[in-house]
Amino acid sequence: MDRVELISQLNEILAQEFEVDIATITPEANVKETLMLNSLDVVDMIAIIEFKFGVKIPATELSDIQTFEALYDYVFQNIKK
Amino acid sequence: MKRVVITGMGIYSCLGQNLDDVRDALYNGKSGIIFDPTRKEMGFRSALTAKLEVPDLKKELSRSQRAFMPEQAKYAYCATVEALRNAGIDQDYLDAHEVGLLYGNDSSADPTVRAVDMIREKKDTTLCGSGAIFQSMNSTVTMNLGCIFRLKGINLTVSGACASGSHAVGLGALLIQNGLQDMVVCGGAQEVNPFSIGSFDGISAFSVRESEPTKASRPFDRDRDGLVPGGGAATVIIEEYEHAVKRGAPILAEVLSYGFSSNGDHISSPNVEGPSRSLQMAIKRAGIDIREIGYINAHATSTHVGDAQEAKAIYNIFGERTVEVTSTKSQTGHEMWMAGSSELIYSMLMMKNDFIAANLNFENPDEDSAKLLIPDKRIEKHFDTFLSNSFGFGGTNATLIVRNM
Amino acid sequence: MEREELIAKVNEVLAEEFEKEVSEITPDADIKQTLELDSLSLVDMVALIENEFGVKIKPSEMPQVKTFGALYDFIAERMA
Repeated sequence: MDRVELISQLNEILAQEFEVDIATITPEANVKETLMLNSLDVVDMIAIIEFKFGVKIPATELSDIQTFEALYDYVFQNIKK
Repeated sequence: MKRVVITGMGIYSCLGQNLDDVRDALYNGKSGIIFDPTRKEMGFRSALTAKLEVPDLKKELSRSQRAFMPEQAKYAYCATVEALRNAGIDQDYLDAHEVGLLYGNDSSADPTVRAVDMIREKKDTTLCGSGAIFQSMNSTVTMNLGCIFRLKGINLTVSGACASGSHAVGLGALLIQNGLQDMVVCGGAQEVNPFSIGSFDGISAFSVRESEPTKASRPFDRDRDGLVPGGGAATVIIEEYEHAVKRGAPILAEVLSYGFSSNGDHISSPNVEGPSRSLQMAIKRAGIDIREIGYINAHATSTHVGDAQEAKAIYNIFGERTVEVTSTKSQTGHEMWMAGSSELIYSMLMMKNDFIAANLNFENPDEDSAKLLIPDKRIEKHFDTFLSNSFGFGGTNATLIVRNM
Repeated sequence: MEREELIAKVNEVLAEEFEKEVSEITPDADIKQTLELDSLSLVDMVALIENEFGVKIKPSEMPQVKTFGALYDFIAERMA
């Protein structure tokens, strides 16, 4: 999967799961704020990314992932493993 | 002792998703029982169940709220919305007062099974989803209702097997009688997914009359061969009488008494003595002459032993053919943890509309039911007081007596 | 499986599950009485026999299997 396709799929999945307008998902936007995630919702976001892309984001890495751009980077870098 | 009145009701049942539809279904002798082919594929002995669909609450509740709700919490939400509206209670009222919550529920199998399957498959508990634990607990319904409606009074789930929905109302009434709550949202909820009753099917408790689903639930009939599982949710709002008057609430009826007992006997097979004590306690505490009771809503689930024992208990106390007795389970199947509350509502609908719904499929009595007056056709009758029984596994018994107002 | 081996195995699993002495299990003894089964524990016995021997006793066949001797015959026939 190339990066463009990954971004498109990821945006679509997150918009649908968290019931937000896909237009609000931009690279610089803050993930938690845009998707309106509380701590329990974050659990679900990690789960859905693991299901769909096979990439598990450990809790320790989570604090470094503030924006969607950072999320795309992390998933893309770890997707082949 | 304060008086307890019913000021609101709401229901989500196989007979209808609101009181009017349910009233019509009762009146017209409709059955909510169907044959579900997926159960046969799963290896069930009986594929019979009640027809129910899980409501889509996207417009009413946020994703977060919905994430914590298993199917029976969704049914309970719908029933509670209707009940609160009928009682004239809005969120401002709930925010300003301590309203209690006692709801009957005794299982939450589907979310538990899914979470366990996920853990076994992925060896990673974080994949269960944030809602799994809240959905899996018995107290899931009260957890969810308490948070959604921001209720501040007593908050817990009443688990008493098939008497849960009845005990919830009874215990709520006791709190009000003793001045500890002015208002309690009571009810009962029941999941209908196959996982929840697979092992119940495994002990051959269900009817296998699969060729005629609407004829399978036949309480008191000589040819009954087991119960049919059903579900949904029913909410009954009870209130202290003076409080209701002051609030200008619609006062529908009075809960005259709550009787209860335990059989102290077999875990699944009832005796006569235990249920009799529950009935007698309710009658005594109501302080009425039993001849005032114009209708008995029996527990009778369409099992050989259960119906017979209850028939004996009713006969011993009421005598031969003195008052109409029916089991609405002939139309709904056995709504289990929901039953005590839903059957209170079915009885209320009949009382308010001057009829007694037919006990469907009562074609031939057996030696015990022959001694009771069981209408096999609907009758138009005005009555002002009814008695409702609910008995559960483990020998738990509850009886409620309600009078029209 | 040889018949003697079958009998020994049936006795062993039933005695263990229902917490009886193997010595209480004799060919002519009534199963329900000896193992003190009610309708619920009967369900467990049927499940146990199915799990251990792959033989399912249907409700309609229960009357054929009153004694342990009848049970051994029943299982042996269906395992053959």
